[in-house]
Amino acid sequence: MNPVAKNGILLCGFASVCTGLVTLTFIKTKPTIEAAELKNRYATLSQVIPDELHDNSLVTSCIQVQDDHLLGSQEPHQAYVATLNNKPSAIAIETIAPNGYSGQIDLIVGIKLDGAVTGVRIVNHKETPGLGDKIEKRKSDWVDAFIGTQVRDPKDPVWAVKKDGGRFDQFTGATITPRAVVTAVKNTVLFYQANQSALFAQAYGCGETNDE
Amino acid sequence: MSDLKELSWQGLWKNNPALVQLLGLCPLLAVSGTVINGLGLGLATTLVLLGSNISVSLLRAFIPNEIRIPVFVMIIASLVTSVQLLMNAFAYELYLALGIFIPLIVTNCAIIGRAEAYASKNSVLPSAIDGLMMGVGFTLVLVALGALREVLGQGTLLEGAEQLFGPVAADWTIQLYQLDHNFLVALLPPGAFLLMGLIIAIKNIIDEQAKARKLRHQPKPVIERARVSGKAQ
Repeated sequence: MNPVAKNGILLCGFASVCTGLVTLTFIKTKPTIEAAELKNRYATLSQVIPDELHDNSLVTSCIQVQDDHLLGSQEPHQAYVATLNNKPSAIAIETIAPNGYSGQIDLIVGIKLDGAVTGVRIVNHKETPGLGDKIEKRKSDWVDAFIGTQVRDPKDPVWAVKKDGGRFDQFTGATITPRAVVTAVKNTVLFYQANQSALFAQAYGCGETNDE
Repeated sequence: MSDLKELSWQGLWKNNPALVQLLGLCPLLAVSGTVINGLGLGLATTLVLLGSNISVSLLRAFIPNEIRIPVFVMIIASLVTSVQLLMNAFAYELYLALGIFIPLIVTNCAIIGRAEAYASKNSVLPSAIDGLMMGVGFTLVLVALGALREVLGQGTLLEGAEQLFGPVAADWTIQLYQLDHNFLVALLPPGAFLLMGLIIAIKNIIDEQAKARKLRHQPKPVIERARVSGKAQ
Protein backbone atom coordinates (compact mmCIF):
# COMPACT_ATOMS: atom_id res chain seq x y z
CA MET A 1 0.00 0.00 0.00
CA ASN A 2 1.09 3.53 -0.73
CA PRO A 3 3.03 4.64 2.42
CA VAL A 4 1.21 7.96 2.60
CA ALA A 5 -2.13 6.15 2.60
CA LYS A 6 -0.86 3.71 5.23
CA ASN A 7 0.31 6.57 7.47
CA GLY A 8 -2.99 8.37 6.93
CA ILE A 9 -4.96 5.32 8.02
CA LEU A 10 -2.71 4.81 11.05
CA LEU A 11 -3.16 8.44 12.07
CA CYS A 12 -6.94 8.05 11.75
CA GLY A 13 -6.75 4.93 13.87
CA PHE A 14 -4.76 6.64 16.61
CA ALA A 15 -7.06 9.66 16.52
CA SER A 16 -10.14 7.47 16.92
CA VAL A 17 -8.71 5.54 19.85
CA CYS A 18 -7.53 8.69 21.62
CA THR A 19 -10.86 10.45 21.07
CA GLY A 20 -12.69 7.35 22.27
CA LEU A 21 -10.68 7.27 25.48
CA VAL A 22 -11.32 10.94 26.20
CA THR A 23 -15.04 10.50 25.46
CA LEU A 24 -15.21 7.56 27.86
CA THR A 25 -13.54 9.56 30.64
CA PHE A 26 -15.87 12.47 29.93
CA ILE A 27 -18.99 10.32 30.22
CA LYS A 28 -17.80 8.59 33.36
CA THR A 29 -16.87 11.84 35.16
CA LYS A 30 -19.81 13.98 33.99
CA PRO A 31 -22.14 13.33 36.98
CA THR A 32 -19.38 13.88 39.53
CA ILE A 33 -18.30 17.10 37.83
CA GLU A 34 -21.86 18.41 37.72
CA ALA A 35 -22.31 17.64 41.41
CA ALA A 36 -19.04 19.40 42.30
CA GLU A 37 -19.97 22.48 40.27
CA LEU A 38 -23.42 22.63 41.84
CA LYS A 39 -21.86 22.41 45.30
CA ASN A 40 -19.53 25.26 44.37
CA ARG A 41 -22.45 27.34 43.14
CA TYR A 42 -24.32 26.82 46.41
CA ALA A 43 -21.21 27.71 48.40
CA THR A 44 -21.00 31.06 46.63
CA LEU A 45 -24.62 31.81 47.56
CA SER A 46 -23.70 32.24 51.21
CA GLN A 47 -20.85 34.50 50.15
CA VAL A 48 -23.07 36.96 48.28
CA ILE A 49 -25.79 37.14 50.93
CA PRO A 50 -24.40 37.56 54.45
CA ASP A 51 -25.76 35.20 57.13
CA GLU A 52 -27.34 37.95 59.21
CA LEU A 53 -29.68 38.84 56.32
CA HIS A 54 -31.50 35.51 56.17
CA ASP A 55 -32.62 32.56 58.25
CA ASN A 56 -33.82 30.28 55.47
CA SER A 57 -32.04 27.79 53.28
CA LEU A 58 -31.05 29.70 50.14
CA VAL A 59 -30.56 26.58 48.09
CA THR A 60 -34.16 25.40 48.46
CA SER A 61 -35.66 28.87 47.95
CA CYS A 62 -35.01 28.89 44.25
CA ILE A 63 -37.06 30.69 41.60
CA GLN A 64 -36.66 30.98 37.86
CA VAL A 65 -36.26 34.42 36.35
CA GLN A 66 -36.02 35.59 32.78
CA ASP A 67 -35.42 38.84 30.96
CA ASP A 68 -34.79 39.62 27.34
CA HIS A 69 -32.01 42.15 27.93
CA LEU A 70 -30.85 42.58 31.48
CA LEU A 71 -29.62 39.12 32.49
CA GLY A 72 -27.15 38.55 29.67
CA SER A 73 -29.11 35.80 27.97
CA GLN A 74 -32.76 35.19 27.18
CA GLU A 75 -32.88 31.79 28.83
CA PRO A 76 -34.29 31.31 32.32
CA HIS A 77 -31.84 31.93 35.17
CA GLN A 78 -31.98 30.75 38.76
CA ALA A 79 -32.43 33.19 41.60
CA TYR A 80 -32.43 32.39 45.32
CA VAL A 81 -34.70 34.27 47.71
CA ALA A 82 -33.44 35.11 51.19
CA THR A 83 -36.03 35.56 53.93
CA LEU A 84 -35.93 36.68 57.56
CA ASN A 85 -38.91 35.51 59.62
CA ASN A 86 -40.58 34.52 56.34
CA LYS A 87 -40.34 38.05 54.97
CA PRO A 88 -38.13 38.54 51.90
CA SER A 89 -34.87 40.29 52.79
CA ALA A 90 -32.58 39.74 49.80
CA ILE A 91 -32.16 37.85 46.57
CA ALA A 92 -29.21 36.28 44.77
CA ILE A 93 -29.57 36.27 41.00
CA GLU A 94 -27.46 34.20 38.62
CA THR A 95 -26.61 36.37 35.66
CA ILE A 96 -24.32 36.48 32.65
CA ALA A 97 -21.90 39.08 31.31
CA PRO A 98 -22.00 38.21 27.63
CA ASN A 99 -19.20 40.54 26.53
CA GLY A 100 -16.19 39.30 28.47
CA TYR A 101 -12.83 39.27 26.71
CA SER A 102 -12.91 35.54 26.03
CA GLY A 103 -16.64 34.89 26.02
CA GLN A 104 -19.37 34.97 28.60
CA ILE A 105 -18.78 35.32 32.32
CA ASP A 106 -21.21 33.65 34.76
CA LEU A 107 -21.76 35.51 38.01
CA ILE A 108 -24.10 35.69 41.01
CA VAL A 109 -25.26 39.06 42.36
CA GLY A 110 -26.72 39.45 45.84
CA ILE A 111 -29.16 42.34 46.28
CA LYS A 112 -30.82 43.61 49.46
CA LEU A 113 -34.44 44.72 49.69
CA ASP A 114 -33.52 48.38 49.13
CA GLY A 115 -31.62 47.56 45.94
CA ALA A 116 -28.11 47.77 47.42
CA VAL A 117 -25.68 45.09 46.30
CA THR A 118 -24.63 42.70 49.09
CA GLY A 119 -22.01 40.77 47.15
CA VAL A 120 -20.90 39.56 43.74
CA ARG A 121 -19.12 36.33 42.90
CA ILE A 122 -17.81 35.09 39.57
CA VAL A 123 -18.85 31.49 39.05
CA ASN A 124 -17.36 30.73 35.66
CA HIS A 125 -15.15 32.55 33.21
CA LYS A 126 -12.48 32.12 30.56
CA GLU A 127 -10.67 35.41 31.04
CA THR A 128 -6.90 35.72 30.77
CA PRO A 129 -5.01 34.34 33.77
CA GLY A 130 -3.05 37.07 35.53
CA LEU A 131 -4.98 39.85 33.78
CA GLY A 132 -8.76 39.46 33.56
CA ASP A 133 -8.98 36.74 36.18
CA LYS A 134 -8.66 39.35 38.97
CA ILE A 135 -12.47 39.41 38.92
CA GLU A 136 -12.26 36.14 40.85
CA LYS A 137 -12.47 36.55 44.60
CA ARG A 138 -9.63 34.08 45.13
CA LYS A 139 -7.32 36.22 42.96
CA SER A 140 -8.16 39.70 44.28
CA ASP A 141 -10.71 41.63 46.32
CA TRP A 142 -11.79 43.76 43.35
CA VAL A 143 -15.24 42.21 43.35
CA ASP A 144 -15.88 43.58 46.87
CA ALA A 145 -16.05 47.08 45.40
CA PHE A 146 -19.67 46.36 44.53
CA ILE A 147 -20.80 45.85 48.13
CA GLY A 148 -23.20 48.54 49.26
CA THR A 149 -23.51 50.17 45.83
CA GLN A 150 -26.81 51.38 44.42
CA VAL A 151 -27.97 52.06 40.87
CA ARG A 152 -29.75 55.41 40.67
CA ASP A 153 -31.01 55.07 37.10
CA PRO A 154 -30.22 53.18 33.89
CA LYS A 155 -27.76 55.87 32.82
CA ASP A 156 -26.07 56.25 36.21
CA PRO A 157 -22.59 57.42 35.18
CA VAL A 158 -20.73 56.02 38.18
CA TRP A 159 -21.51 52.49 36.97
CA ALA A 160 -18.52 52.24 34.68
CA VAL A 161 -14.80 51.63 34.97
CA LYS A 162 -12.68 54.65 35.88
CA LYS A 163 -11.43 54.91 32.31
CA ASP A 164 -15.05 55.46 31.20
CA GLY A 165 -15.72 58.03 33.91
CA GLY A 166 -17.13 55.68 36.51
CA ARG A 167 -16.00 54.66 39.97
CA PHE A 168 -14.80 51.09 39.47
CA ASP A 169 -11.11 50.28 38.98
CA GLN A 170 -10.07 48.62 35.79
CA PHE A 171 -7.07 46.28 35.71
CA THR A 172 -3.77 47.28 34.16
CA GLY A 173 -3.77 45.54 30.81
CA ALA A 174 -7.39 44.37 31.06
CA THR A 175 -10.27 46.81 30.68
CA ILE A 176 -12.82 44.71 28.80
CA THR A 177 -13.22 42.15 31.57
CA PRO A 178 -14.05 44.54 34.46
CA ARG A 179 -16.19 46.63 32.11
CA ALA A 180 -18.27 43.57 31.24
CA VAL A 181 -18.73 42.63 34.91
CA VAL A 182 -19.66 46.19 35.95
CA THR A 183 -22.29 46.33 33.21
CA ALA A 184 -23.69 42.94 34.15
CA VAL A 185 -24.01 43.85 37.84
CA LYS A 186 -25.69 47.16 36.97
CA ASN A 187 -28.16 45.41 34.66
CA THR A 188 -28.97 42.82 37.30
CA VAL A 189 -29.78 45.54 39.83
CA LEU A 190 -31.93 47.29 37.22
CA PHE A 191 -33.75 44.00 36.59
CA TYR A 192 -34.33 43.66 40.33
CA GLN A 193 -35.66 47.21 40.63
CA ALA A 194 -38.08 46.65 37.73
CA ASN A 195 -39.40 43.31 38.99
CA GLN A 196 -39.04 43.49 42.75
CA SER A 197 -42.60 42.69 43.81
CA ALA A 198 -43.08 40.01 41.16
CA LEU A 199 -39.85 38.28 42.20
CA PHE A 200 -40.78 38.00 45.86
CA ALA A 201 -44.33 36.87 45.06
CA GLN A 202 -43.13 34.02 42.87
CA ALA A 203 -43.56 30.44 44.04
CA TYR A 204 -40.39 28.41 44.62
CA GLY A 205 -39.42 25.85 42.02
CA CYS A 206 -36.50 25.51 39.70
CA GLY A 207 -37.11 22.21 37.98
CA GLU A 208 -34.23 19.74 38.24
CA THR A 209 -32.11 21.90 40.47
CA ASN A 210 -34.28 21.27 43.49
CA ASP A 211 -31.92 19.29 45.66
CA GLU A 212 -32.39 15.56 45.40
CA MET B 1 18.96 -3.06 38.37
CA SER B 2 21.78 -0.54 38.43
CA ASP B 3 20.51 0.59 35.04
CA LEU B 4 17.24 1.58 36.68
CA LYS B 5 19.15 3.27 39.49
CA GLU B 6 21.14 5.24 36.91
CA LEU B 7 17.86 6.09 35.16
CA SER B 8 16.40 7.36 38.41
CA TRP B 9 19.46 9.44 39.19
CA GLN B 10 19.26 10.96 35.73
CA GLY B 11 15.68 12.05 36.22
CA LEU B 12 16.13 13.31 39.75
CA TRP B 13 19.45 15.14 39.46
CA LYS B 14 21.83 14.73 36.55
CA ASN B 15 19.27 15.43 33.84
CA ASN B 16 16.52 17.06 35.87
CA PRO B 17 13.90 18.43 33.45
CA ALA B 18 13.58 21.77 35.22
CA LEU B 19 17.13 22.44 36.42
CA VAL B 20 19.23 20.92 33.66
CA GLN B 21 17.06 20.45 30.59
CA LEU B 22 15.20 23.69 31.44
CA LEU B 23 11.93 22.33 30.09
CA GLY B 24 8.41 23.06 31.31
CA LEU B 25 9.36 26.44 32.76
CA CYS B 26 6.03 28.11 31.94
CA PRO B 27 3.91 26.10 34.38
CA LEU B 28 6.88 25.90 36.76
CA LEU B 29 7.13 29.64 37.20
CA ALA B 30 3.43 30.41 37.10
CA VAL B 31 2.16 27.80 39.52
CA SER B 32 4.95 27.43 42.09
CA GLY B 33 3.64 30.15 44.38
CA THR B 34 2.85 27.74 47.18
CA VAL B 35 4.03 24.27 48.11
CA ILE B 36 0.58 22.74 47.58
CA ASN B 37 0.08 24.30 44.13
CA GLY B 38 3.54 23.11 43.09
CA LEU B 39 2.89 19.64 44.49
CA GLY B 40 -0.50 19.43 42.77
CA LEU B 41 0.81 20.40 39.35
CA GLY B 42 3.86 18.19 39.83
CA LEU B 43 1.71 15.16 40.58
CA ALA B 44 -0.52 15.83 37.56
CA THR B 45 2.56 16.21 35.33
CA THR B 46 4.13 13.02 36.73
CA LEU B 47 0.91 11.12 36.04
CA VAL B 48 0.90 12.35 32.45
CA LEU B 49 4.64 11.61 32.00
CA LEU B 50 4.17 8.08 33.33
CA GLY B 51 1.12 7.44 31.14
CA SER B 52 2.64 8.94 28.01
CA ASN B 53 5.98 7.14 28.36
CA ILE B 54 4.25 3.79 28.92
CA SER B 55 1.83 4.32 26.00
CA VAL B 56 4.54 5.44 23.60
CA SER B 57 6.80 2.59 24.63
CA LEU B 58 4.03 0.00 24.24
CA LEU B 59 3.04 1.34 20.83
CA ARG B 60 6.50 2.14 19.49
CA ALA B 61 6.46 -0.78 17.06
CA PHE B 62 3.29 0.52 15.44
CA ILE B 63 4.23 4.17 15.08
CA PRO B 64 5.95 4.87 11.76
CA ASN B 65 8.81 7.34 12.01
CA GLU B 66 7.20 9.89 9.69
CA ILE B 67 4.09 10.39 11.78
CA ARG B 68 5.60 9.91 15.22
CA ILE B 69 5.30 13.54 16.35
CA PRO B 70 1.55 13.91 15.61
CA VAL B 71 0.93 10.56 17.29
CA PHE B 72 2.91 11.57 20.40
CA VAL B 73 0.99 14.85 20.56
CA MET B 74 -2.33 13.00 20.27
CA ILE B 75 -1.43 10.57 23.03
CA ILE B 76 -0.23 13.34 25.35
CA ALA B 77 -3.24 15.56 24.62
CA SER B 78 -5.72 12.74 25.37
CA LEU B 79 -3.91 11.92 28.59
CA VAL B 80 -3.90 15.54 29.73
CA THR B 81 -7.60 15.94 28.89
CA SER B 82 -8.40 12.81 30.87
CA VAL B 83 -6.31 14.04 33.82
CA GLN B 84 -8.12 17.37 33.65
CA LEU B 85 -11.54 15.69 33.69
CA LEU B 86 -10.51 13.47 36.59
CA MET B 87 -9.24 16.45 38.58
CA ASN B 88 -12.42 18.38 37.80
CA ALA B 89 -14.41 15.47 39.21
CA PHE B 90 -12.28 14.34 42.17
CA ALA B 91 -10.03 17.26 43.19
CA TYR B 92 -12.29 20.23 42.46
CA GLU B 93 -10.66 22.78 44.79
CA LEU B 94 -7.20 22.04 43.44
CA TYR B 95 -8.60 22.08 39.90
CA LEU B 96 -9.91 25.60 40.51
CA ALA B 97 -6.63 26.70 42.06
CA LEU B 98 -4.48 25.39 39.20
CA GLY B 99 -7.00 26.57 36.62
CA ILE B 100 -5.68 26.90 33.11
CA PHE B 101 -2.30 25.33 33.94
CA ILE B 102 -3.72 21.82 33.94
CA PRO B 103 -4.51 21.76 30.22
CA LEU B 104 -1.23 23.63 29.68
CA ILE B 105 0.62 20.49 30.82
CA VAL B 106 0.26 19.51 27.16
CA THR B 107 2.75 22.23 26.24
CA ASN B 108 5.33 21.01 28.77
CA CYS B 109 8.20 20.12 26.46
CA ALA B 110 9.56 17.67 28.99
CA ILE B 111 6.75 15.25 28.17
CA ILE B 112 7.13 15.11 24.40
CA GLY B 113 10.90 15.37 24.96
CA ARG B 114 10.98 12.13 26.95
CA ALA B 115 8.60 10.42 24.52
CA GLU B 116 10.92 11.26 21.64
CA ALA B 117 14.27 10.81 23.38
CA TYR B 118 13.57 7.74 25.46
CA ALA B 119 10.18 6.04 25.37
CA SER B 120 10.10 5.59 21.60
CA LYS B 121 13.43 3.74 21.77
CA ASN B 122 13.21 1.64 24.92
CA SER B 123 11.02 -1.03 26.42
CA VAL B 124 8.17 -0.45 28.80
CA LEU B 125 9.73 -0.85 32.25
CA PRO B 126 12.71 1.49 31.69
CA SER B 127 10.39 3.98 29.97
CA ALA B 128 8.00 3.87 32.89
CA ILE B 129 10.83 4.44 35.37
CA ASP B 130 12.22 7.26 33.22
CA GLY B 131 8.82 8.92 33.04
CA LEU B 132 8.24 8.49 36.76
CA MET B 133 11.64 9.80 37.76
CA MET B 134 11.57 12.76 35.41
CA GLY B 135 8.16 13.59 36.84
CA VAL B 136 9.38 13.23 40.41
CA GLY B 137 12.44 15.37 39.63
CA PHE B 138 10.18 18.05 38.18
CA THR B 139 7.85 17.81 41.19
CA LEU B 140 10.75 18.19 43.63
CA VAL B 141 11.80 21.41 41.93
CA LEU B 142 8.19 22.62 41.96
CA VAL B 143 7.94 21.88 45.68
CA ALA B 144 11.34 23.46 46.49
CA LEU B 145 10.51 26.62 44.52
CA GLY B 146 7.00 26.62 45.96
CA ALA B 147 8.36 26.43 49.51
CA LEU B 148 10.85 29.26 48.90
CA ARG B 149 8.25 31.51 47.31
CA GLU B 150 5.59 30.73 49.90
CA VAL B 151 7.92 31.36 52.86
CA LEU B 152 9.39 34.54 51.40
CA GLY B 153 6.15 35.84 49.95
CA GLN B 154 3.52 34.87 52.52
CA GLY B 155 5.40 33.58 55.52
CA THR B 156 3.52 30.28 55.46
CA LEU B 157 4.08 26.70 54.37
CA LEU B 158 1.52 24.16 53.21
CA GLU B 159 -1.24 26.72 52.83
CA GLY B 160 -4.17 25.17 50.99
CA ALA B 161 -3.24 21.61 51.95
CA GLU B 162 -6.92 20.66 52.09
CA GLN B 163 -7.12 21.12 48.30
CA LEU B 164 -4.85 18.12 47.89
CA PHE B 165 -5.29 16.02 51.02
CA GLY B 166 -8.91 16.64 51.90
CA PRO B 167 -10.56 18.35 54.86
CA VAL B 168 -8.31 16.54 57.35
CA ALA B 169 -5.47 18.81 56.21
CA ALA B 170 -7.33 22.06 56.75
CA ASP B 171 -5.06 23.17 59.59
CA TRP B 172 -1.72 21.92 58.32
CA THR B 173 -0.66 25.46 57.45
CA ILE B 174 2.59 26.37 59.18
CA GLN B 175 2.79 30.09 59.82
CA LEU B 176 6.47 30.90 60.04
CA TYR B 177 6.03 34.60 60.54
CA GLN B 178 3.38 37.26 60.10
CA LEU B 179 3.57 39.83 57.35
CA ASP B 180 1.70 43.09 57.10
CA HIS B 181 2.28 43.15 53.36
CA ASN B 182 3.16 40.18 51.22
CA PHE B 183 6.65 40.25 49.72
CA LEU B 184 5.21 40.66 46.27
CA VAL B 185 8.32 39.91 44.21
CA ALA B 186 8.50 36.38 45.53
CA LEU B 187 4.86 35.76 44.65
CA LEU B 188 5.05 37.07 41.07
CA PRO B 189 6.76 35.41 38.07
CA PRO B 190 9.87 37.67 38.04
CA GLY B 191 10.65 36.56 41.56
CA ALA B 192 10.10 32.97 40.49
CA PHE B 193 12.66 33.44 37.69
CA LEU B 194 15.19 34.88 40.10
CA LEU B 195 14.72 32.16 42.70
CA MET B 196 14.85 29.52 39.96
CA GLY B 197 18.18 30.90 38.79
CA LEU B 198 19.38 30.72 42.38
CA ILE B 199 18.37 27.07 42.69
CA ILE B 200 20.14 26.19 39.42
CA ALA B 201 23.25 28.01 40.65
CA ILE B 202 23.20 26.10 43.94
CA LYS B 203 22.81 22.80 42.08
CA ASN B 204 25.77 23.67 39.87
CA ILE B 205 27.89 24.59 42.91
CA ILE B 206 27.04 21.25 44.53
CA ASP B 207 27.99 19.44 41.32
CA GLU B 208 31.30 21.35 41.05
CA GLN B 209 32.22 20.62 44.65
CA ALA B 210 31.37 16.94 44.24
CA LYS B 211 33.57 16.80 41.16
CA ALA B 212 36.42 18.58 42.93
CA ARG B 213 36.16 16.24 45.91
CA LYS B 214 36.29 13.24 43.59
CA LEU B 215 39.40 14.55 41.83
CA ARG B 216 41.17 15.23 45.13
CA HIS B 217 40.70 11.66 46.27
CA GLN B 218 41.87 10.07 43.05
CA PRO B 219 45.57 9.08 43.01
CA LYS B 220 47.58 11.39 40.83
CA PRO B 221 47.98 9.65 37.46
CA VAL B 222 51.54 8.46 36.96
CA ILE B 223 53.03 10.18 33.93
CA GLU B 224 55.13 7.82 31.89
CA ARG B 225 58.11 9.57 30.38
CA ALA B 226 58.62 8.49 26.82
CA ARG B 227 62.19 8.22 25.68
CA VAL B 228 62.42 9.34 22.09
CA SER B 229 66.19 9.71 21.75
CA GLY B 230 69.41 8.43 23.24
CA LYS B 231 69.96 5.37 25.29
CA ALA B 232 68.41 4.84 28.71
CA GLN B 233 71.14 5.29 31.36
